[in-house]
Amino acid sequence: MTEVLVLIDAPDGKVTKPSLELLTIARRIGEPSAIVFGAADNGVLAEYGAEKIYTYDDAAYGEFLVGPKAEAIAQLVTETSPAAVLVGASAEGKEISARVALKTEAGWIGDAVDVQADGGTITTTQSVFAGNFTVQSQVTQGAPVISVKPNSTAPEAAAGAGAVEAKTADISDAAKGAKITSSKEKAASGRPELTEAAIVVSGGRGTGGDFTEVEAFADSLGAAVGASRAAVDSGWYPHSFQVGQTGKTVSPQLYVANGISGAIQHRAGMQTSKTIIAVNKDDEAPIFELVDFGVVGDLKAVLPQATDEVKKRKG
Amino acid sequence: MTKIVVAVKYVPDATADRTFSADNTVDRVGVDGLLSELDEYAVEQALQVVEAGEGEVVVLTVGPDDAADAVRKALQMGADSGIHVSDEAIHGSDAFATSAVLAKAIEKVGDYDLLFFGMASTDGGLGVVPTLVAERLGLPAVTFASEITVDGDTVKIRRDGDVATQEIEATGKVVVSVTDQTGEARYPSFKGIMAAKKKPVEEWSLADLGLDAGSVGLDAAWSQVQSFEPRPARTAGEIVTDEGDGGAKLVEFLASKKFV
Repeated sequence: MTEVLVLIDAPDGKVTKPSLELLTIARRIGEPSAIVFGAADNGVLAEYGAEKIYTYDDAAYGEFLVGPKAEAIAQLVTETSPAAVLVGASAEGKEISARVALKTEAGWIGDAVDVQADGGTITTTQSVFAGNFTVQSQVTQGAPVISVKPNSTAPEAAAGAGAVEAKTADISDAAKGAKITSSKEKAASGRPELTEAAIVVSGGRGTGGDFTEVEAFADSLGAAVGASRAAVDSGWYPHSFQVGQTGKTVSPQLYVANGISGAIQHRAGMQTSKTIIAVNKDDEAPIFELVDFGVVGDLKAVLPQATDEVKKRKG
Repeated sequence: MTKIVVAVKYVPDATADRTFSADNTVDRVGVDGLLSELDEYAVEQALQVVEAGEGEVVVLTVGPDDAADAVRKALQMGADSGIHVSDEAIHGSDAFATSAVLAKAIEKVGDYDLLFFGMASTDGGLGVVPTLVAERLGLPAVTFASEITVDGDTVKIRRDGDVATQEIEATGKVVVSVTDQTGEARYPSFKGIMAAKKKPVEEWSLADLGLDAGSVGLDAAWSQVQSFEPRPARTAGEIVTDEGDGGAKLVEFLASKKFV
């Protein structure tokens, strides 16, 4: 079986759920080899199938934007001739993977929502035009470099050898052009990350600027909180929580839109969610065209009752 | 003097019925198009940098004939001149080939100081063209800027990421990608619309850039779309009107789907 290189994201050493999803997908193609810049919990990587763990330890990876990581991975591709390279579809992941593809003259797939292997052929699925179309693609040259969106599969444990191999790479000066001079971690909200969450509860214009009910309902479900562009543009909620064309694209198991009319801008970011619920005062809001279940009513009344009911059922 | 080249894209209108052509490429002819909204922020920021000192803004696009509309919009906003790279052979180019054409065009411009891009297009939306152009030109890229400060030959940006807020800087010729967090983009004024009619727009072909037609376009791509299909329409769900029991009914539905 050939290697499949998987770029691991592990802030503070903790391997993220999307990285475990990548390891799971990698096993459909070949033997997963994890790539770790800095340190990660190697036990978890082995538990989810990593046969090898390539570790890179150089200050340059943290001091500069994507350049050094892209060079290191491109060199590893040349050295190992993998069947594919899988990277998470974060902004950084897409930049790194696109550069790796260019350096190795290999086809690149962005924002895949599914990756299937049939013999030696890898076929990817992407969701485009606000989720209105799915597109299936294949790479025609080189080892496919694929950036995969979170929630594209459920992580499944399968023991791998987890053999650690420390690597070094030749980093050019050109790769060290964009220097990170300061980095301030955002305060943790205690809620799941928006693009990774299984449930997203979001609020829009209908909140009138007060997200109390939306947040309380989200917390009762253990959900992430999102916001529409109207709410973000009004300064009611930070931009990093914006769901939509110019914000995050989410595809959770359950999406609950509250006081959101459902303009194309918003639909672009959420309409591939598996189950959609909306609460809106306006029974003609376009969001109701998308929903599996809708409540025509005031979120200020509906959500607190729903929150109490969820708490009651959860005991 | 600061000369900024802003790369912009002509995209199918997101409010229209966007679709594909028979050759599995995005239909860029049958659907009305416009300047990608996210590129307006890049044009705006370039104009602000130039207005704070001295310089010029050159707007660059690669696309079919109608893509001239995107250039015109940027000129109406205040850009000084335009370049439109158009060639039959470019049809079907992916982000990689597009970045090759942009990089060649930028090399031909030559005497630029900064390169501005929107953070992503509103059609493909992958957001990798800025980083690919930087890779090809061997330039530093400071991407996803929420705030941009140009100080001499140093560019500093603030990036509001999901987990951290970062300050990033680079010197010399720098690629900058601009998010919609940088601030509202201006609307063209009547004066701007009139003035744009007299601004120069150069038309370049692949031959003008010294690029071989076979190196771009659909057949040269390193990945190929096999098929596309419209997403099945969502079947209409159950809608209830809140009569004091809306929240309870909502949770009943959640329970029926095993979410609680």
